[in-house]
Amino acid sequence: MNVYKCTLLSNTRLTESSHDLRVLAPEMKDARPGQFVHVKCEGFTLRRPISVCDFDGEILRLVVDRRGAGTDWLTSRAPMTVLDILGPLGRGFSADGNILVVGGGIGTPPLIYAAKSAASADAIVGFRTASAAMLLGDFSEVCGTVQIATDDGTLGAHGRVDTLLEKRLAEHKYDRVLACGPAPMLRACVRVCAGAGVPLEVSLEERMGCGVGACLVCAVKLKDGNGGTYMGRVCKDGPVFRAEEVCFDD
Amino acid sequence: MTDMRVTLAGVELKNPIVVASGTFGFGHEYAELFDLSELGGICVKGTTVSQRDGNPSPRIAETPSGILNAVGLQNPGVDAFCAEEVPFLRKFDTKIIANISGNTLEEYALLSEKVSAAGVDLIEVNISCPNVKAGGMAFGTDPRSAAAATDAVKRNAGKVPVMTKLSPNVTDITEIARAAESAGADALSLINTLLGMRIDVRTRRPIIRNNTGGLSGPAVLPVAVRMVWQVANAVKVPLLGMGGVASGADAAELMMAGASAVAVGTALFGDPYAAVRVRKELEEFCETNGVAAVRELTGAVRPW
Ligand SMILES: Cc1cc2nc3c(=O)[nH]c(=O)nc-3n(C[C@H](O)[C@H](O)[C@H](O)COP(=O)(O)OP(=O)(O)OC[C@H]3O[C@@H](n4cnc5c(N)ncnc54)[C@H](O)[C@@H]3O)c2cc1C
Ligand SMILES: Cc1cc2nc3c(=O)[nH]c(=O)nc-3n(C[C@H](O)[C@H](O)[C@H](O)COP(=O)(O)O)c2cc1C
Ligand code: FES
Repeated sequence: MNVYKCTLLSNTRLTESSHDLRVLAPEMKDARPGQFVHVKCEGFTLRRPISVCDFDGEILRLVVDRRGAGTDWLTSRAPMTVLDILGPLGRGFSADGNILVVGGGIGTPPLIYAAKSAASADAIVGFRTASAAMLLGDFSEVCGTVQIATDDGTLGAHGRVDTLLEKRLAEHKYDRVLACGPAPMLRACVRVCAGAGVPLEVSLEERMGCGVGACLVCAVKLKDGNGGTYMGRVCKDGPVFRAEEVCFDD
Repeated sequence: MTDMRVTLAGVELKNPIVVASGTFGFGHEYAELFDLSELGGICVKGTTVSQRDGNPSPRIAETPSGILNAVGLQNPGVDAFCAEEVPFLRKFDTKIIANISGNTLEEYALLSEKVSAAGVDLIEVNISCPNVKAGGMAFGTDPRSAAAATDAVKRNAGKVPVMTKLSPNVTDITEIARAAESAGADALSLINTLLGMRIDVRTRRPIIRNNTGGLSGPAVLPVAVRMVWQVANAVKVPLLGMGGVASGADAAELMMAGASAVAVGTALFGDPYAAVRVRKELEEFCETNGVAAVRELTGAVRPW
């Protein structure tokens, strides 16, 4: 982990609001699936956490959705811009064995690197609508089967990923499910995987300050295994947690 | 070569740049990035008598040139701090500044006794944290209770000097400063965060789960400079200035206003090397401007 000045090589639009950024970052050599980087956006006090979508030892791929002023700045950078990136940060996925990745919306990017690193992988991805779907080509490259769901039925199955997940787990065996997406989707995955008895790892989101574990603003309530709870840090102890560690109740 | 040494409450710091409580944890994380011995001192995360979970998330919101935070004093408790964190920090050639927060005078006394026995170099008394409903605020906003907390800590600190940390959320900060000084504070630190609030207008919900939080970062620098200046004119004890420092020039500004040393906090979130950079920039400033010893900057403002 360190601060690196990295050159933006390309910036391609994926959907209405999301961009695919390729950054020259050979220094990130330890970047693991599920880890993230903390990107400085000009004019802001805080960095913006973005998951490692892919990394080949040289080129770091970040997929960024325009949500507010910071990601607006980031997604409108021209190639050759030098970005100030802190990373790689946090604890990533156990991306080995035969896995199933489950993603929702802007939670899908980190699952590319995870699927690619595992011995074998299948994917279930969900989006709001067909025009918001992204990275489908990338998922087909690194996964055996890719199932899609959209909230409005404009692409793939009409409905939510957990319906597909439940069916999939009933018919196929996996060492582990890895999930990243909005909180309601993660909660549904917890319920389905617990029912099927399949280990689940979830990647959580929380507003961050330092990104390295020092300021304690990114707290998440975790179970200590003895009936008690304690506060963990999404940036340092996560963002990926074993589902049974996390208190999803509040 | 500028002489970067300064003294704060009789404690010699190798340079005037320290890190602000709550922004640096207990140093473990930043120790992966640089040698903590580069810092004049480390104000560690605030500690309390018992372990605290703190507030629910979200605990942070961005603001124009700053942030709001409501961590709620999450910490492992004073015993864990003394047993685990003090020995870790002792490995570095820098001063350890404990930061203690009590809900009663008895708690302040107990915390003081424990951290001084653990061998910290200086005790910072947090009477100003605006986040904890039952604690901080009340002590920091009333001269009598500010004096009482300072006194409780001082009586139990043995030889360890005591520095009371002032809240900016008061009508007249000099009144509280004088009260702390007369109760025996060897130094004062300021400013803690300014109480603020942000609302997400789409959801009509405050961004921070605690509703309100403490404002810090570059936005508060002018308030910090003004308050340090006022307090420097009101008391004789040395001051540790902080609030929005992000460059060597900012640090020089706080020193000229009257601070003997300067803490860097929120700036670390944008640049993890901020404290080290501020120190270097301050040294360069001194060299360029013919300042032989950085301590000459303290109170060097020439007011109109
Ligand atoms: C571990 C992690 C990985 C992430 N990976 C990606 C990714 O790969 N691609 C992507 O597009 N987005 C990702 N996000 C979400 C992304 O960080 C936010 O969308 C972004 O910070 C919003 O910044 P903004 O200035 O555009 O929005 P604003 O709403 O203006 O931001 C204001 C403040 O709130 C914070 N904030 C707002 N929304 C979020 C959020 N959802 N999570 C964390 N902080 C937030 C911002 O960082 C900033 O400090 C990730 C978040 C986390 C925690
Ligand atoms: C995340 C965070 C946590 C903090 N925790 C504490 C604390 O535990 N005790 C304390 O006295 N001050 C605490 N502070 C206040 C800082 O020490 C400092 O007074 C304030 O942030 C102003 O300096 P800055 O603008 O450089 O950050 C905290 C500030 C932040 C941003
Ligand atoms: S963001 Fe500072 S501890 Fe996680």
